[in-house]
Amino acid sequence: MPPPSDENNPQARAGAAALSVRGLAKRFGEKIAVNGVSLEVPPGSFYGLVGPNGAGKTTTLSMATGLLRPDYGQVLVHGVDVWAQPLEAKKLMGILPDGVRLFDRLTGEQLVTYAGLLRGMDRDTVVERTGDLLRALDLTNDAGTLVVDYSAGMTKKIALASALIHAPKLLVLDEPFESVDPVSAANIRDILTGYVRSGGSVIVSSHVMDLVQRMCDHVAVIAGGAVLAAGTIDEVRGDATLEDRFVELVGGRSTSEGLSWLRTS
Amino acid sequence: MVADLLRLKLVLLRNSFKRSTAQLIGVILGALYGLGILGAVVVGLVLLGTADIELIRTILVIGGSATVLGWIIIPIAATGIDMTLDPARFVTFAIPMRQLLTGLVLGGLVGVPGVVTLVASLAQVLTWIRYPAAAVTALVCGLVAVLLCVVASRLVTTAVSSMTGSRRFKDVNGIVAFIPLIFLGPIIGGVTAGFQNSPGFAASLADVLAWTPLGALWAAPADVAAGNAGLAVVRFLIGGMTLVLFLVLWSRSLGHALVTPPYNAVTKRGAGHLGWFGRFPATPAGAVGARALTYWLRDPRYSASLVIIPFLAVLLYFSGGASGGAFIFLGPITAFLLAWSISADISYDNTAFSLHVSTGVSGRDDRLGRAGALLVFAVPVALVFTVLPLLITGQAEDLPVMLGLSTGLLLTGAGLSSIVSARYTYNVPLPGESAFKTPPGTNFLMFAVQFIGWLVMLLLALPEIILTIVYFVTGDALFGWLTLLVGVVLGVIFLVVGIRVGGRWYDRRAPELLLAVSGNR
Repeated sequence: MPPPSDENNPQARAGAAALSVRGLAKRFGEKIAVNGVSLEVPPGSFYGLVGPNGAGKTTTLSMATGLLRPDYGQVLVHGVDVWAQPLEAKKLMGILPDGVRLFDRLTGEQLVTYAGLLRGMDRDTVVERTGDLLRALDLTNDAGTLVVDYSAGMTKKIALASALIHAPKLLVLDEPFESVDPVSAANIRDILTGYVRSGGSVIVSSHVMDLVQRMCDHVAVIAGGAVLAAGTIDEVRGDATLEDRFVELVGGRSTSEGLSWLRTS
Repeated sequence: MVADLLRLKLVLLRNSFKRSTAQLIGVILGALYGLGILGAVVVGLVLLGTADIELIRTILVIGGSATVLGWIIIPIAATGIDMTLDPARFVTFAIPMRQLLTGLVLGGLVGVPGVVTLVASLAQVLTWIRYPAAAVTALVCGLVAVLLCVVASRLVTTAVSSMTGSRRFKDVNGIVAFIPLIFLGPIIGGVTAGFQNSPGFAASLADVLAWTPLGALWAAPADVAAGNAGLAVVRFLIGGMTLVLFLVLWSRSLGHALVTPPYNAVTKRGAGHLGWFGRFPATPAGAVGARALTYWLRDPRYSASLVIIPFLAVLLYFSGGASGGAFIFLGPITAFLLAWSISADISYDNTAFSLHVSTGVSGRDDRLGRAGALLVFAVPVALVFTVLPLLITGQAEDLPVMLGLSTGLLLTGAGLSSIVSARYTYNVPLPGESAFKTPPGTNFLMFAVQFIGWLVMLLLALPEIILTIVYFVTGDALFGWLTLLVGVVLGVIFLVVGIRVGGRWYDRRAPELLLAVSGNR
């Protein structure tokens, strides 16, 4: 895993937030998916983005990474405006989108190589890093298998490898642990922790509160397209666990009396 | 339960209309087309009633057999056609087999092919209206025949889908099964010629078909009308027994399919096989080219077009004969079709295109890579297809003009496609689907883009086309060489302009393109 490097990212401004999202909003037809989201991801932080299904996490992250044009708002990555200077901003970011296909008629090795070459990296570096990544993610034995024949967890891992190949300064990962087995998840966590320690910043979205509480140092709770709380983990959760605090913020817990017929005795 | 399955099918049908207006227009146009054909068939069947028994019999048996055959063949060719009531989706609901079968059969009748077949076979009663006993037979036999159509088609679908466990089988089958359909034209041509050459041909064909499960049910009314009731019973038994046999087989294979989830046999391979990525230049454009070429060979939606190309040559050869005709235009026609084939490239990528957006590939590199991958094989193919027909027909002196026309069409078309695919997306078969599946929402826009695109392409290549015409009219070799010169020069210009303009459009609209293709799922 190559450490985030500065020499191929001359655009990055020192001291700026790793990711600064200001007043993002997006409407699809009648539905307002994201309604004025602002986030500040400090450099070197491990930032968790949590929220119920349909909260607008994926839409927010898509707009923050240049995949979906926002109706309003601004996104800065290390001081570079994603929508004004997309090519420069995308060099700084590694992106793992959720719910998109991959070029799955390529082998795993080809896909990661493709991602590297698309970034304009030279062949030797790409070959070397692809080998490292496949090893770190335990995919070496399946390197020559078509991605279409991968399991869901392997697909997630190969997509993660494609996001890491150019040693970005900021990693934006949408649901990176979904369908990933516990051993691989622990490996990925180690990789990410090491990456943050060496100066990189990570923002992950997740449903698993426990994981976020253990792994991240910052967290934002998002629901209904708006940020309900944001800050360091301790600031947000107070005395409670993150999960309890989350449920308290988001609401929607139903008492389990409704399904009386479901009891078997 | 049967009613629930039927209602489900109707709701699915109705919801598929609701997705967009353009799609609704497409559905309405399709329905009007279907209605037109149906109307013609019904009128034809009624008018047929005035003919003599022998002629009625011949036409009904051949037409009916073709219908049954169609219901059997089409699902194989287009795996995944109408899988809205895919039995695999009912695995977790404990539906009794008998009710599931009934529901699936009736569900198969809902939809354009089912309705058309049902109405046409009922119209057959009107054909026999002058012979009351035959009319009653026609009603019964017609209904049984419709059931036979649906059950046979379901049996085939179930049998095929249990074989399609492996992705590789699915990939190959989607292409191979289509090949007979390509030859449908020549086959029909041959049959028509058979009719013209010997008047008795059709009647003897009908005689044979009448003894097979395909045609027996359609022949029974004629036997009654001719006063041969015993024979009619035998024919009915042939059809009826087939239906029962198919039902039993279907219920068996369905029972088997319901407890055997598809298993995908995968061969593992280690690292070190970069394929085209090792051979193309290590630049973003080179990488796009390597990926596109890999897809041309590995994605059935692309490789289907490659498989068809040799057949195009065979078809044109037989349609024009060795004397020339359309055959000498094989090169230009291939060039035209190949060049247009990348015009929906981003639609074919579907949301995998997000990798191009997130890595920030420049539009110029994206366009250049895709056009480059096409030209890597399209140039040699067009060259061979231009030279060979001329050598075969002994018209080698026409080589310059034909080379000019092919080159012009190929390069101009590649440039135009580079612009079109950066501007328009439409619903195409999704990754992993059969290349010949008509996706939901094959809409008006798609036809408009195709049609106008072809017009523009011909317009851009007009200088070459005019020079070609002048050459063939005057026979002056000068115009041949002029065509070659203009074809190469204009082609290169249009290719460069296409990649530049398409690239600029791409740079501006990449996120919008991604949003548009993610609507097709």
